[in-house]
Amino acid sequence: MVTNGNLLDVRELRTYFDTEDGVVKAVDGISFQLHRGETLGIVGESGSGKSVTNLSLLRLIPEPPGRIVSGEVIFQGHDILKLPETEVRKIRGKRVAMIFQDPMTSLNPFMRISRQLMEITQLHLGHSKRQAYDHGLKMLEMVGIPDAKTRIDRYPHEFSGGMRQRVMIAMALSCQPELLIADEPTTALDVTIQAQILELIKTLKQVTGTSVILITHDLGVVAGMTDQLIVMYAGKVFEQAPTGELFAKPGNPYTKGLLRSVPDPLAEKGTLYQIPGQPPDVAHLPAGCPFAPRCERAEDICRREFPPFVQLNASHYSLCHFANEVYEESSVMSGPA
Amino acid sequence: MDDRPKSPHGPSEPDEPALTPLGTPGAPPIRPRDGDIIHTAPELAVGEGDVRSAELGEHIRGTSLGRDAWRRLLRNKLAVFGLVVVSIITIASIFGPYVIQLITGQTPDYIPNDAALIKSFPPFTSPDGSFSWRHPMGTDRQGRDLLALVLQGGQISLMVGIIATLVSLVIGVSYGATSGYLGGRVDSIMMRLVDVLYAIPYLILVIVLLSMFKSQTARGQVILLFVALGVVSWLTMARIVRGQVLSLKNQEFVLAARATGVTTARIIFRHLVPNTLGPVIVYATLTIPSVMLTEAFLSFLGFGVQAPMASWGSLAAEGIQNIGIFPWQLVCPGVTMAITLLSLNFLGDGLRDALDPQMRQV
Repeated sequence: MVTNGNLLDVRELRTYFDTEDGVVKAVDGISFQLHRGETLGIVGESGSGKSVTNLSLLRLIPEPPGRIVSGEVIFQGHDILKLPETEVRKIRGKRVAMIFQDPMTSLNPFMRISRQLMEITQLHLGHSKRQAYDHGLKMLEMVGIPDAKTRIDRYPHEFSGGMRQRVMIAMALSCQPELLIADEPTTALDVTIQAQILELIKTLKQVTGTSVILITHDLGVVAGMTDQLIVMYAGKVFEQAPTGELFAKPGNPYTKGLLRSVPDPLAEKGTLYQIPGQPPDVAHLPAGCPFAPRCERAEDICRREFPPFVQLNASHYSLCHFANEVYEESSVMSGPA
Repeated sequence: MDDRPKSPHGPSEPDEPALTPLGTPGAPPIRPRDGDIIHTAPELAVGEGDVRSAELGEHIRGTSLGRDAWRRLLRNKLAVFGLVVVSIITIASIFGPYVIQLITGQTPDYIPNDAALIKSFPPFTSPDGSFSWRHPMGTDRQGRDLLALVLQGGQISLMVGIIATLVSLVIGVSYGATSGYLGGRVDSIMMRLVDVLYAIPYLILVIVLLSMFKSQTARGQVILLFVALGVVSWLTMARIVRGQVLSLKNQEFVLAARATGVTTARIIFRHLVPNTLGPVIVYATLTIPSVMLTEAFLSFLGFGVQAPMASWGSLAAEGIQNIGIFPWQLVCPGVTMAITLLSLNFLGDGLRDALDPQMRQV
């Protein structure tokens, strides 16, 4: 199969949840490509479908109530959504690894770190106990756990949050995966540790050549880390562009709002901007643009018709009736404040 | 406690000032006393990227939750009492009959040759009515030593309790964990089956099982008893484990395990079941006495252990026939059993407090 140099090609992915309140379209027609060695950032508010997108990639959605309705997830020429479960299991952890938001709960409290690290390589690389233990130790040293030799035999509750996230990264990278999905890896950590963990992911990415999908709601995190950026809202891609371009010339009112909401240390006076209103209830979306009720420049057409996905230049797309106008305005200004 | 350093800082940082109580300058520094528990919690001792602890150089095997629980258990007087009594009775039951045989030269089922001795003597009484150490619990109506019989009966009673509990443990844990983890329709069907079995009076079920498969040999009857009691006592265990698994399966470490490609069976038995161990151990400890009680009841009614084997229940059944004249024939096995069951219950309660400290406050 032709892969066009893309490691991952997601087309029209739709994941719905059947709830008592109706069908929740958590992910509704998402498409994106990830090139080998690239880092893709996915940003959006809580409930915008970031995590569901990535769980869908590895078919980790709890079914029921969730179900992947349609779409293709083509990883190295194979559609993961069509593979049998045993094949998907061979991809999980070995070729696509994930790290999660809360390092406090993502390690099994009853297993020593060593056993959790050993499990993955015994499973995927056929390591013996001895090999797996040595490999685990090497991984812990690689992610910068001081005194790894003694720490490896401890229990998770004896580690701090940052340490646990390092252990998670060590586990995720044990089999040298081609893709690392990091689902808000720094949200539960304090700021200094955040920086260290991000730096670690960045370094390891360069060393191992792994591609990364970084999910976050923190624009500051993606700014220095990613090559491409996707802005999600209500289960849809609102804007997609190279990171620098998106920060400099946003083509969507929602993205602009997000960028304005980032605290600016130079502006000492005034209140911080916030996007008015609440994220929409994805079970009962309005007919037009889902962002229209909160949008500053919404007009009648926004409330009536679903906006088109406008191509602004070779690699910049925006879901808005006025994408071109917004893009022009951004270009005229010297960039975001 | 000797395998851990006295303090996470002490040996490596002599410069660090000793801790003093706040606002009392010059007060004597707080130093760990013997027996103090010092948690070498790295999150307190070592900052991110800090390598101080590397200088300790010792290989510290982490404190497991099990070791913490053990320490809490030893602080509970009633639980320790229970543990000691249960241990003594277990050891006495296993070795006691042989020790008696070594001292007196008589097996527990030895019936005296002399016709004058084939009758029941009260405890500590010799045939002529004077005090004697020969039979501390007296003899039964055939002149057999009651202590030896009670100890031998203890072997069967404890064995029934432990083996039936193990049977219920294996069935209950696998069934409950599978049901809870798979969820959905599978869970509904599996749990409705449990509800149905719950509705059947279990004693009647056991009696039917025992009489249907009635074995010719006494040994066969005991094995049947193990199975029958185990088969009916796994229901609550299955419910407990299912409940635990339901609350655990949405935790992120299960998702993390799934995301690393671990198979469903492995997630259930390697990741989830160990996390349910606390309540399982507690419930198993409390199942042993209840199973033993049921066994005694069945043997008392004549459905359980058959002669020549004896259990506390069958000894009590023999004893009750002459309760007016020879009360010790009922009292001795009865009291032994009561003490054992009480101790097991103390131990179970202690384990519950030790393994789940939060529950105590409720």
